[in-house]
Amino acid sequence: MSTTAPKAKPPVSTPDKREITTKPRFSDKVFRGVATAGGLSSLVILGLILIFLGYQGFQVLRSEGIGFITGSNWQVMQDNAGNTDLAASTFGIAAMLVGTLLCAAMAVVIAVPISVLCALYLTFYAPQFLKKIMVAVIDLMAAFPSILFGMWGFFILMPHVEYWGRLIHKYFSWIPIFKMEIPVFTRSPFVAGVVLAIMIIPIITSVSREIFSQTPLDRVQAAYALGATRWSMIRAVVIPYGKSGVVGGAMLGLGRAMGETVAVYTVLNLVYQINWHVLIGAGGNVASMILLKFGEAGPTETRALMAAGLVLFLLTLLVNSIANTIVSRTGGKGR
Amino acid sequence: MSQTTGTKIKPTRPWKRTPKQQALITLNLLIGAVVSYLVVLATPMKGKLAYLAIFFIAVIVVNFVESYIKSGLAAAKDSIATSFATAGLIIAVVPIFSILFTIFDRGRAGLNFNLFLHDMKANGPNDPLGQGGLLHALVGSGIMVGIALLISLPIGILTAIYLTEIKGIYSRPIKFLVQAMSGVPSIVAGLFILSAIVFPITKSSSGLMGGFALSILMIPTIARTSEEVLLLIPNDLREAGVALGGTQWRTISLIVVPAAKSGLITATILGLARVAGETAPLVLVSGGGDAVNPNPFHAPMGSLPFYIWKGFTFGTPESIARSWAGIFVLLSLIFLLFIAARTLSGSGSKK
Repeated sequence: MSTTAPKAKPPVSTPDKREITTKPRFSDKVFRGVATAGGLSSLVILGLILIFLGYQGFQVLRSEGIGFITGSNWQVMQDNAGNTDLAASTFGIAAMLVGTLLCAAMAVVIAVPISVLCALYLTFYAPQFLKKIMVAVIDLMAAFPSILFGMWGFFILMPHVEYWGRLIHKYFSWIPIFKMEIPVFTRSPFVAGVVLAIMIIPIITSVSREIFSQTPLDRVQAAYALGATRWSMIRAVVIPYGKSGVVGGAMLGLGRAMGETVAVYTVLNLVYQINWHVLIGAGGNVASMILLKFGEAGPTETRALMAAGLVLFLLTLLVNSIANTIVSRTGGKGR
Repeated sequence: MSQTTGTKIKPTRPWKRTPKQQALITLNLLIGAVVSYLVVLATPMKGKLAYLAIFFIAVIVVNFVESYIKSGLAAAKDSIATSFATAGLIIAVVPIFSILFTIFDRGRAGLNFNLFLHDMKANGPNDPLGQGGLLHALVGSGIMVGIALLISLPIGILTAIYLTEIKGIYSRPIKFLVQAMSGVPSIVAGLFILSAIVFPITKSSSGLMGGFALSILMIPTIARTSEEVLLLIPNDLREAGVALGGTQWRTISLIVVPAAKSGLITATILGLARVAGETAPLVLVSGGGDAVNPNPFHAPMGSLPFYIWKGFTFGTPESIARSWAGIFVLLSLIFLLFIAARTLSGSGSKK
């Protein structure tokens, strides 16, 4: 306190304003440092993935340039000494990129209506006990390993899907993507699409269900009070509210379907060519191609596979980031 | 009010279906079944698919007509929506039960007690089913998942603590990155370990590398589930801790984390269930031997997914039966983990 002019001040002196600050203890500083380091680890890991895959794939990416993404030839040439000749070989993953997008898009097209209907049923129609059981069952399904879907798809689902493929071919072959000259229905991208759809149904369902269940209750009740039936309530309140959340959930499913390896490897007949006709038994995706070629790849081809992995990583990262942004903006937790 | 009467008044439940309504629903389904049978008989369509499709359409039409007669067009539209939503649930759930049934059905053949006592050192995948086993796969999976857990648990929980307790300037970007990380394809995790550690440093596959690859997939699951759990801890607890003179470190370590214990264990278990069945990264980095190998630093190491994978790609009836048995064991483990997680989170939320 100042003592310069005590008499000029009123008898009840108010103390100067104090600023309350806490000085973090040493233990707190350490703790905050450690937790921040732990939190930053995800950044570090993602960055390292980018750096190392980029570093390993750099050579191939530089020699191929944009052709790595647009070309659809994968030929490994060897020189006389038996080493891989990078200049003579061509690496282009366009065929597999097309396959990736085709299978994943098909999966999303099949899975979204089913998941949205399922989420609507669970949120607004199901009796309480059924809802509890089904939510647990669908969560469990999301934890099924992909090799399980692959083997089940190969042995159980494939005959059925082939039959559906024949039906589609019979009645819809005037649509370009269903056209085929040689009727080979086994192990087609269509089968892979259906298997992937079954794999992503739990994801899309749980994201949509979460968004639907957050529909403001007063609006729901207002709709009912105005005499709406359950369906008109859903159409007027729930769907406008949850639309973008469903889009986000669908994109999360898309990201998962694009990165899927083992399930696609098991059911799809991996052929290195651009194939738009989903019913023909030939196709592939980037992830399964990496797994297929990895076994017999020499050093240079392995570098090319790393570059392919980098492209896949960036693609899924992009799709997932957009999806998570959409989902968290609508108030969901995402996946 | 004052005197008790002998008769108990049962609460009415006006929303419950009366027997008459129940009978009507059954009648509708019956009509649908009969119509679908007749249509399939009369037209060239055949097969289970035709029965199902026509049954579905028939039930929708019958319901539509019934509600239209009873309550008008709006109710009739509502009945269509109900039918579709129910169909959505059924289509989503049928594969699950088909998968479970298939595993039980086909996995039974390869299951015997020997499976847990032997490895495949002396047997090929084509040998009769009684010989050999998946001990090496169980041991390998256990070790690799354990390594992954050792790495991911601290990192995951620290990330969650950073996001919920410290809320530093990086919170939003880190949240975003953790979400992005949970979408990393499993094969990319394998390729990353290959490019970062296996090729430049160790030059050979081992169980440790498998554990590293799995931890990349496990961290986001643990971090995100733990974050949700920590967010549920009421702020009063934190304030009480600080008011008692605790530093932030003591408040979190002695109050917040113990309060969230069961939830954090659930998060860990979900992380385990997430990676236990990962195949692609293990095929790339862990090698996959046929003998029990308890040393994660040296030599290829088998794992359950790899065992299944090997049996499937070998392609003979015996090897595929082995795969189904392996899937049976793997899924039983995942199922147990899942039940443990459910029970724990259930008992945690009741308090």
